[in-house]
Amino acid sequence: MEDGWARFVFAYLNPDVAAEWGPKIFEGAVITIELGLATIAAGLFFGMALAVLRASAPRWVGRVIVAFVDVFRAWPPLVVIIVLFYAFPYVDLPMGAFTATWLALSLVLAAFAEEIWWAGLQSVPKGQWEAARSTGLSHLQALVWVAVPQAVRMTIPPLVNRTIAIVKGTALGSVVALPEILGQATSASSLAGNPTPLTLAALAYLAIFLPVVILGRWIETRFAWKR
Amino acid sequence: MPLTGGVVRPLLELAGLRKSYGGLDVLKGVDLAVAPGELVFVIGPSGSGKSTLLRCCNRLEEPDGGTVIVDGENILASGVDLNRVRQKIGMVFQAFNLYPHMTALGNVTLALRKVQGMARAPAEAKARDALAAVGLADKQAAYPIQLSGGQQQRVAIARALALEPKIVLFDEPTSALDPELVGSVLAVMRELKAGGMTMVVVSHELAFARDAADRVVFMDGGRIVEQGPPAAIFGSPREARTRDFVAKLAERS
Repeated sequence: MEDGWARFVFAYLNPDVAAEWGPKIFEGAVITIELGLATIAAGLFFGMALAVLRASAPRWVGRVIVAFVDVFRAWPPLVVIIVLFYAFPYVDLPMGAFTATWLALSLVLAAFAEEIWWAGLQSVPKGQWEAARSTGLSHLQALVWVAVPQAVRMTIPPLVNRTIAIVKGTALGSVVALPEILGQATSASSLAGNPTPLTLAALAYLAIFLPVVILGRWIETRFAWKR
Repeated sequence: MPLTGGVVRPLLELAGLRKSYGGLDVLKGVDLAVAPGELVFVIGPSGSGKSTLLRCCNRLEEPDGGTVIVDGENILASGVDLNRVRQKIGMVFQAFNLYPHMTALGNVTLALRKVQGMARAPAEAKARDALAAVGLADKQAAYPIQLSGGQQQRVAIARALALEPKIVLFDEPTSALDPELVGSVLAVMRELKAGGMTMVVVSHELAFARDAADRVVFMDGGRIVEQGPPAAIFGSPREARTRDFVAKLAERS
C-alpha cells in the first residue's frame, strides 16, 4: 500500500521532474493564453460581424452566412486545424501551428457565436424595432443601438459556455506540434520518462480556465436582467 | 376646432388608403383629414383596421394604395426620406416598447443623438425637459423595469415628444395599463392637447374621448362608418353599427 502510494507520487507528483520541466509548462501556458485571447477576440468579432451582416444584408448574403456557419459547426475543430495546417502550404500559404490553430478555432467560434447572436436578434420583440424606427432611426441604427445590445445580454449564458468550450480547444494545437501547455507536457513527459509534466499541465489548465469559468458565471449574473 | 374643409390645411391627410394582408382587406379606402391642433379619436371593433390605419400614417405598415400626406408632404412618394419624415410623426404604442437596456433618459436621448445628431449635453437637457413635461423629472436614471406601466408609457410619450413632432399617433396607449394607472397617462395626453398638439388616438377610453376629443371616428370592416363630434357619435349615432358598438363600449366601462 505504502509502496503503491510512493510509486504514484514518484510518477505523477515528482518534485524533481516538476522543478525541471515547470518552466516549459509555463512557456506553454503563455502560448495557450495568447492563443485563447486571440481566438476569443477574432471569433467573437467575426461572429458579431456575421450576425449583423445577416440581419441587414440581402437574403442571398444570409444564405451564404448560414452555409458557412453550418459547415463550421459540423466540422470537428481538430479536423479544421489539421486541414489548415497541412493543406495550406500546398496553396502557397505557409501557416504555422499557432496561426492554423488560431484560425481554425476562431472560425468555429465565429460560427457558433453568429448562430447564438442571430437567435438573440430574432428574439428581440418587434415592438423594439418599431419604436426605434418610428423615431427616425435607420434599420442599421436600430440594429446597432437597440437590437444588438439586447441580443448580447440575452445570449450571455450560452455564449459564455460555448466560448469556454471552444477556447479549451487550444489543447488541440498539440496535434500540429504547437508548444502550448499540452504539447509541452507530452514532450516533457517522454523526455523525462515521467508523467509529472502532465500533472503540471492539468494544474496549469485549471489555473487558466477556472478563473474564466468563474468570470463567466459572474458575467451571467451581472448581466441577467428581466424584461 | 375646425373639422375639415376649412381654410386650414390639414396636418394629416389620408386619401383612399388601402391595405391588405394576403388577400384580407384590412383598409378598404379610408379618407381622413386631421387639422392642426385637432384630437381625432378612432374607435371600432377589433379587426376594424384602426391600428393598421395608424401604422400606415408613419409607414410602419406599407399601404397598398392611396396617399398619406403629413404636413404637406406625401410620405408615400418615391425617394421620400422616411427617417426624416418620421421625426415629425410621434408614435406611442400599447406595449410602451421602451428600450429595456437604457434608462428613461437614454430612451429619450437615443433618437436626438443618433437621428438628429445632437451632442450629449443638449440632448440630455432636452430629454430632461421632455421627462419633466410628463411628470417624471425624478425618474431619468430609472430603467424601464423599475417603472410602473403608467410611468413607462409617459417615458414613451416623452421619447416621442422630444423630437418635436407635428403630430402624435397613440395606438391604444392605456390598454396595457392597470386601471389605477390609466389616469396619469390620460392627464399627460390632455395637457398635450391643451398645448395644441395634433393627435390621433386609437383607444377605448370613452370618458376621455367625450371630454378631450374634437372628433370621433368609428371604423368597421376597414372603412370609416361614421364620424362627428363626441356628443353626436356617443349620444345619437346615425348608423346602426355605431350604435351597437357604442352601446357595447358603454356597457363595459
